[in-house]
Amino acid sequence: MNHSITYLEAICAAQRKALAEDPRVFIYGQDVGNFGGAFKATKNLAKEFPGRVLDSPISEDAMVGMAIGAAIEGMRPIVEMQFADFSTCGLNQIVNHAGTLFFRTEVPCPLVVRLPSGGNTAGGPFHSQNLEALYAHYPGLVVMTPATVEDVYTMLLEAIKIDDPVIFCEHKFLYYHLKAEKLPTEGLPVGKARITRPGRDATIVTYSAMLHESLAAAEELVGDGYEIEVVDLRSVKPLDTDTILASVARTGRLLVVSEAFPWGGVAAEVVARVTAEGFGLLDAPPQRLNSKDTPVPFHPALWGTHRPTASTIASALHRLLKL
Amino acid sequence: MPSAPDLYRQAFRLMLSARLVEDKLTALKRSGKIFGGVFSGRGQEALSVALGIHLHKGDIYAPLIRDQAGRLAFGDTILNTFRTYLGSALGSMRGHDGNVHRGRPREGYFAMISHLGAMVSAVGGALMARRFRGETGIVGATCIGDGGTSTGSFHEGLNMAAVEKLPLVVVVANNQYAYSTPNDRQFACESLFDRAIGYGVTGHRVSGIILADCLDVIGKAVAAARAGEGPQFVVADLLRLVGHAEHDDAQYITEAQKASPLGRDCLVLAEETLLRENRATPEEIALWKKQIDEEIEETTARVLREPAPDPEEESWIPFATDYLHPCFADS
Ligand SMILES: Cc1ncc(C[n+]2csc(CCOP(=O)(O)OP(=O)(O)O)c2C)c(N)n1
Ligand SMILES: [Mg+2]
Repeated sequence: MNHSITYLEAICAAQRKALAEDPRVFIYGQDVGNFGGAFKATKNLAKEFPGRVLDSPISEDAMVGMAIGAAIEGMRPIVEMQFADFSTCGLNQIVNHAGTLFFRTEVPCPLVVRLPSGGNTAGGPFHSQNLEALYAHYPGLVVMTPATVEDVYTMLLEAIKIDDPVIFCEHKFLYYHLKAEKLPTEGLPVGKARITRPGRDATIVTYSAMLHESLAAAEELVGDGYEIEVVDLRSVKPLDTDTILASVARTGRLLVVSEAFPWGGVAAEVVARVTAEGFGLLDAPPQRLNSKDTPVPFHPALWGTHRPTASTIASALHRLLKL
Repeated sequence: MPSAPDLYRQAFRLMLSARLVEDKLTALKRSGKIFGGVFSGRGQEALSVALGIHLHKGDIYAPLIRDQAGRLAFGDTILNTFRTYLGSALGSMRGHDGNVHRGRPREGYFAMISHLGAMVSAVGGALMARRFRGETGIVGATCIGDGGTSTGSFHEGLNMAAVEKLPLVVVVANNQYAYSTPNDRQFACESLFDRAIGYGVTGHRVSGIILADCLDVIGKAVAAARAGEGPQFVVADLLRLVGHAEHDDAQYITEAQKASPLGRDCLVLAEETLLRENRATPEEIALWKKQIDEEIEETTARVLREPAPDPEEESWIPFATDYLHPCFADS
C-alpha cells in the first residue's frame, strides 16, 4: 500500500487544515461544493465543513468581488478558479479592486485566488495558460508558483495567513505526477527561493512545473561534465533577487526557464534584474527559455514543442555554456 | 429612526448640504484648487439621501459617483469630502485616491473603484461575511446608473446576490444618460425595472425626484432586505441636471427632456413641499442654508491649510503583511 500524497492532495489537505483551524476561512468556486471541484481539490471538504465550501455561479468577476467584500469584513476567502485561464474574466476585481484596496484605504484584503495553471496534453489554448506574469505586473498582489508537494502545502497555508491578496498558481501537470511521503510542518517563507540543485557551471532560474524539466536537463548535462545549479523561485512576487544574484556570482552564467509566454514575463524580469544589478557577475549574456509566443496548441505533438522540455533546456544550456 | 415629518426635514437638510457642497466644489474646480474631476449629483439628491438615511451603523454602503447626499446621510462628513477633493493628507484616502473614490471600509462605507458594477459583488461578499458570523438584520446597499447596469460585473453581482438571497439593496438612478449615451443606446428592454423578475429579486419603481416617494419606496426596500426577504432592486427615474462631470456642458440632453416632469429639480420640489405642508418655515430653511454655508467656508479654509501627502514619507509598499515589506524594500 502506497501512503504517498500527491500535489493535488496536498492542496486539499492545506485547505482542510485551514478550514479546521481558522473559522474565517471559506472556499468559493464553481463546482467546489459536494462535487469537490473539477480536479477534486476540495474533495469531501463541503461535507466536512458544512456551509463553508460553496458552489458559485459561473461569474469570475463576482466570485472575486465577493471575496473582496468578505475579506474587508475580516474573512479569509479562498476562490478556486476552475482553470487559471478563466481568471481573466475576474481580472478587473483582482487587479483593480483587490490589488488596490490596501494602498487606497489601509484596509487589508486577505484572499487567495487559486489558479489551476499550466499545460497538460490536449489542454489547448484555453485550459493551459500560465498567468503569473500578468498578475505580478500589477501592484498589491503576491504571486506564488509552488513546484513541489511540500511547497504547495506550506505555501497555500501561508497564502491563507497573509494579509494581502495572493494569486496561487498551482500547476495542473504536477497534480498527479508529483508525490511526497508526508507533508511538512514548516517551509521556507514566501519570497525565499530555494537552490534545489547546487552547481558551478551555470544557473537555471525557474519555477513551477519547469523546475522538474530543468532538473532533468541538469542531470543530462552531468554526462558532459557540467554541474548546473537550479534555483526554484517558489514565488515570483516577491522575487528573491538576492538568491539569484548569489547563484550567478558562483556560476557566471544564467538561463531562466518559464512555461509562460515570453513577452514581458517573469524570465524577462529576472534577466533584467540580473543584468542591471549583477552585470559584472556574468561571463556570458543571460538567456531565457519560454514557451513559444503563440496560443498554447491543442495537439500533443505541437504542445510538446510549444513549451520548454528537458531536452530543449539541455540544448539551451549547451548553447549558454559555449557563449 | 425619526418620525416621518422629522425624517423628511432631516433628509431635506442633507440634500441641501450635498447641493451646497457640490456648488462649492464646482467653484473650487473652476479656480483650479481641485485635483481631478468633480462629479455632481445635482438633481439626484432626493434619491441618494433616501438610501443613505435608511441605513444604520453596521450596515454596508457602497455609494457611486452621484451620491454626495447619501454619503452625508451615512455618516461621511463635509470635512472628509473636502479633504478628499482637495488632496489633504488627513482625508480618509490620504491622497492615495480622490473625489468620489472615498470611503472607510472598516466602517461599512466602501470606497468605490471606478469600474462600474464592481461594487455590487463586493457588498454581496460583505453580507456573506456577516452571514458566516451569524449576524442578521444587516443591510448592504449600493447605487448604480442606467449605464452601469450594462456591465457584466453588475449582472454577475446581482445574480450572485439573488442566488445567495442576500439582504442587498441595489438602487438604479435611471437618469436617462450614461455620459452622453441615451438609454436607447444602452438597453433594449422596456424598462430596467423589468429586469428584477429575471434576476429573481424584488423590484421597486419610484420617481427619483419626489423626496417623499423616494423615502417611502427605498425605506420599504431596505426594510424588506433587513427582514430577510432577499435582494431588492429599485429603479428610480430622473434626469441628470448637469454634465457628466464639471467639464461637460451636456448639450446632448434635449430641451424636451429638460422641460419634462423628469427634469424638475428634486431640491426645489422638496423645499416647496416643506413650505406648503408647514413642515418648515422659510426662515428655518434660510438658517439651515446659512449654517451649512458657514460650515463649508470654514471647512474649505481649514482644509486648504492642511498638509498634502509627502512622497518622502510614503513606504511605497502596497502590502499589509509587515513581514513581506523587506522583500519589496527596493520597489
Ligand atoms: C466599466 C467602466 N467603463 C467605463 C467607465 C467610464 N465611465 C464613467 S461614468 C460613465 C457613465 C456612467 O453612466 P451611468 O451608469 O448611467 O451613471 P451616471 O453617470 O448617469 O450617474 C462612464 C462610461 C467606467 N467608469 N467603468
Ligand atoms: Mg445615467
